[in-house]
Parts: sequence; structure tokens; C-alpha cells
Amino acid sequence: MSVDLKNATFLGYKRENGRVGVRNHVVVLPVDDLSNASCEAVGNNVKGALAIPHPYGRLQFGADLELHFRTLIGTGANPNVAAVVVIGIEDGWAKRVADGIAKTGKPVSFFGIEGHGDLETIRCASHKAKEYVQWASELRREERPLKELWVSTKCGESDTTSGIGANPCVGNAFDKLYPHGTTLVFGETTELTGGEQLVAQRCRTPAVRDKFMFMFNRYQEVVNRHKTDDLSESQPTKGNIAGGLTTIEEKALGNIQKIGRKCMVDGVLDKAEAPDGPGLWFMDSSSAAAEMVTLCAASGYAVHFFPTGQGNVIGNPILPVIKICANPRTVRLMPEHIDVDVSGITRREINMDQAGDKLLEMMFRTANGRLTAAEALGHREFVLTRLYESA
Amino acid sequence: MIHFVVHDEGDSVGVVVVEGVKASQELTGWIMDQDREIKVRAQSDIPIGHKLAIRALAASETVIKYGVDIGRAVAPIKVGEHAHVHNIKTKRW
Repeated sequence: MSVDLKNATFLGYKRENGRVGVRNHVVVLPVDDLSNASCEAVGNNVKGALAIPHPYGRLQFGADLELHFRTLIGTGANPNVAAVVVIGIEDGWAKRVADGIAKTGKPVSFFGIEGHGDLETIRCASHKAKEYVQWASELRREERPLKELWVSTKCGESDTTSGIGANPCVGNAFDKLYPHGTTLVFGETTELTGGEQLVAQRCRTPAVRDKFMFMFNRYQEVVNRHKTDDLSESQPTKGNIAGGLTTIEEKALGNIQKIGRKCMVDGVLDKAEAPDGPGLWFMDSSSAAAEMVTLCAASGYAVHFFPTGQGNVIGNPILPVIKICANPRTVRLMPEHIDVDVSGITRREINMDQAGDKLLEMMFRTANGRLTAAEALGHREFVLTRLYESA
Repeated sequence: MIHFVVHDEGDSVGVVVVEGVKASQELTGWIMDQDREIKVRAQSDIPIGHKLAIRALAASETVIKYGVDIGRAVAPIKVGEHAHVHNIKTKRW
């Protein structure tokens, strides 16, 4: 092991609530689709203010509305975010989101458009965003212990090389991080189909196993209720199939390599729910890349491991997404998207232990400030999960 | 040179990890879990990332990869033949 993880540190931003981030974003957060234009205008007015538009937030209700609020509040509360300007079409829900974020102690303000119009809202919100950006620009990174780094994982446009190289590389890194008190998460509920029994066996307690199987079966019911065929071309995707993956079972068994061989599943989270302790967590989630990564960010994770086979190009506005690839063809054809090339595994040039170390080295560099390929290329996919139709 | 990779020696299939595999080519495979090599002659052109059968499969037989059930053959598959959506289907959904 090239890195001494026992005494390892990274350079992060310690936030008011004790959490540590690796980015210092000032986010301009729309509560709803109608507020995107104002948020983007503020983002254009103030350099360093990051608008994250999305298409939802109107007439949602019940569990779907709760998830909407949990995701927005979690995104603002993420330690990679220094301060937040919230804009909604009206004050009530904007205040609800701002109040949720304010519990972290970080600076947050909200604005409602009704009664003022876009231009006045943009004027007021821009002044506030400028104040936050200048304040955040004086915050400094400090040396923090490894255990304060929260790491999430989810793979995308997988192919057979994902199961051979990129996913077990993440698993090797997770196995090395786990004993040091880090907080880890994986998810992709339907994408465990065919390997759910292997995850169930890794659950720390019967209660954790029961909760995992409840989430797994709940999602199977969604598939069974709505399916019109065997989901071929959806799960596995057309890209997965082009890459050689044939069935959901095969895809799932490759996917599960990401949780390594040693770490145990210590707890189960609902979508966008924050863990309350260290260990490896399972989060019930969609397997669609941008949805899942958005949920990881909303749960509070600071760095993301994203293995890909065919070359999924996803990023996230606030969560650095590190791409790992073991497919030599993908590495050759689209190298600008790949942060960690582990294609040497299939040529037996490097072993899994070396691949895992290579990823950990990139994890520290990324945490310390190196921009990922997705960040450098401007990938900011912010995709909210919906549970059902609006009212 | 390794042309294909097999996760476990009990598996029915291996994964081609080089580009340009042609029918009748003699291929060297690496069985990762047991760290040993095997030879198989390709019966079809097989793209990188796609699977070939390393043991003969009858129609409706279970296909094993990672030592685990990944679906069923829906047509007979010969050793060295391309194994994918045209001859293997999921048992779920």
C-alpha cells in the first residue's frame, strides 16, 4: 500500500456543523422549475455562484414531495457547499428549504418571486450571492483525518470490463477505507437483481438485512407493476448490451463488486437520507447515473467513485465524480472522461491491489482540490428522483 | 497474451478483453479466481467485452458467471461461440 491510510489526511473545508467538504461552492438553488431563470441569471451575474436548475417542485405531494425537499435541503446542506441562495416562486416553500439548510449553520437566504417579479428577485439575490462568494473565497482548506471524508459509489454504462476491473477496483478501495472509520455508500436497488442474496449475506445484523430486503422487494414491485417486457434495453441499457452485458443478473453481479470482499453493510438509507454514523450504507435508489449521484450528494457525500465501461460522461454540480475505467477501447476513444485508467488489469499488467491504490491516490488528489474530468468538462447533472405524478 | 478473462473456473462463459477477435482464432483465457490459463478456439467474431462459451450449453441450461446464475441459454451454445442476448435471457422480470 503506497498510502498510509492509518495516518492519512486530506485538505478540506470544515463547515459550521463539523462536516468536512472538498469543494467550496456557493449554490443558487431553485425550489421549482419556475425559478430556474432567476437562479441562472444570478449565476450569470455573480462569478463563482453556481445555479443548479431542475424541472420539478410544483404540485408534488406526499412521499414524493418529502423526497423533493429532502433532496434540495440535502444538496444545500452538503459540506461541499459553503453558502446557499434559495429562490422559489413563492416564499413558503423557499423558506422551508432555506430553514432546512440553515440547520447546518451555514449562510443561507431565500427569495420568493411572486409580488416582486424576476428582475427585482434577481437584483436582491445577486447582491446576496456576491456577498456569499466573497465570504467563501476567504475560507481556507485545512488538514483533516481520512475518516471525515464521505465516499459514495455508483457505476454507469457498465460493460463486462466493469465487473472484471473498474468495479472490483472500487471494492478494493472500499475494503481499504472501511477499517479507518470512513462513511461509504452504494445503492442502485434494481441493479442488484440476481445478486441480492449476496448483499443480504453481507448485512451486519438481521435488522439491516430485513430493511435491505424490504427496499429491494419494494423496488421489484415497481418494476413488476409497470414493465411491458423483460426491461431489455432499459436494465441492462442499450449501452450495457453493446458492451457485452446480457442479463440483469450479470450486470448486478458486476455491480456488487463495488462493495469489495470484506466490508459489511452497516445500515440502510432511504433516498437522500443522511447516514448517522460511519460504515458502509446501502441507499435505496434508482440505478440511473445522474439520479443516483444527485441522491448521494443530497445524503452528504463529498467524493464519488464512478466506474464506467462504455464511457458514461456524468458529473454533478457539487460532488466531484471520479471516473474509473478498465475497458481499453473506451480509454483509447474517450480518454478525456477517465480519471483512473485500470485497463492494465485485463492485460495482467497491474493487480487489483495496485488498481485500488491508484484510485485511492486519485481520491486524495481530488479531495485536495484537483478537478475531476467531469468537473473540467462542465458536467453538472442535477436530476431529482420522482416517485409518481404531480397532483 | 490474454484474449479473454474468466471470473471463476466453474463459469460457463468468459469475456473477450481485446479488440478484433475472429472466428477460428485460438484464444488464451485467464481464469482470475484460480489464476490459471485455458485455451479456446473462437467459433465466431467476438467484439471486445462480449462473451464466449467456455463449455457447451444446451437450450434452457443455466449460464454461470462469477460462479453464480446469470440467466438461461435459449439456444444451444457451442464452446467458443459468441454468447449474448441472441442466445441467453434473464430469469427475472
